Amino acid sequence: MSKFEIRKRSKSEVTILDIYGELDAHTAPTLENELKQLIEKNFVHIVVNGSGLEYISSAGLGVFMAYIEDIRSQDGDIKIASLKPKVFNVFDLLGFPTLYDIVENEEEAVTRFK
Amino acid sequence: MRISASTEELEKIRKFVADHAREFGFGEADVSDITLCVDEACTNIIKHAYEWKKGKPIHIQLAMKNNEMMVTIVDQGKPFDPDSYQVPTPEEQLSRKKRSGYGILLIRKLMDHVEYLNRKSRNEIRMTKKR
Repeated sequence: MSKFEIRKRSKSEVTILDIYGELDAHTAPTLENELKQLIEKNFVHIVVNGSGLEYISSAGLGVFMAYIEDIRSQDGDIKIASLKPKVFNVFDLLGFPTLYDIVENEEEAVTRFK
Repeated sequence: MRISASTEELEKIRKFVADHAREFGFGEADVSDITLCVDEACTNIIKHAYEWKKGKPIHIQLAMKNNEMMVTIVDQGKPFDPDSYQVPTPEEQLSRKKRSGYGILLIRKLMDHVEYLNRKSRNEIRMTKKR
């Protein structure tokens, strides 16, 4: 079974989600629930640190698609950092870099909220 | 390989495909692409053909011929009509809050050839990738 894990941290006003493992149709609900909870609590400045993400399919990308509008409507954003090249490639193939801030590292992602 | 239609099986499917693609002599970038496309095709079967009903069969067959890998995936669910598929743009998806439709797009982008066959209650997707 696919393994996926989220660890949550804060840096001032920003919530950092460190994601690990494989994000597919089986594990996508885990990320979905986490994002839902953050939106409910109005924690909408979110950085997803993908340095531990080994795999993503379109089901994983769909989670970002589903919640980004809600988050932006609350003056928040999801910024995505530190993706491995093969994971970034999937985002890139579907045109995500034009819609999302996808940056080299977490520090840069956090800075963009200032 | 015969598996039961469940997202729990996706990791096993990916391992099966990646191991064989490596054995067939593909480089890691191609192994990743082929593996992703099989995941996407199976996920679509689980979601759309079988509408999340667990326990339905999916057959996956891999073959190497003339420097080309052929992946054949068979299910017995609702047929997919490729002519009705419209390529989504990310902007459209955002505005409609939809999250599906990308799997087929990835398959079309990453594989060399894709075809769908529907015969009675049997659906077959054939995808090929040159080495």
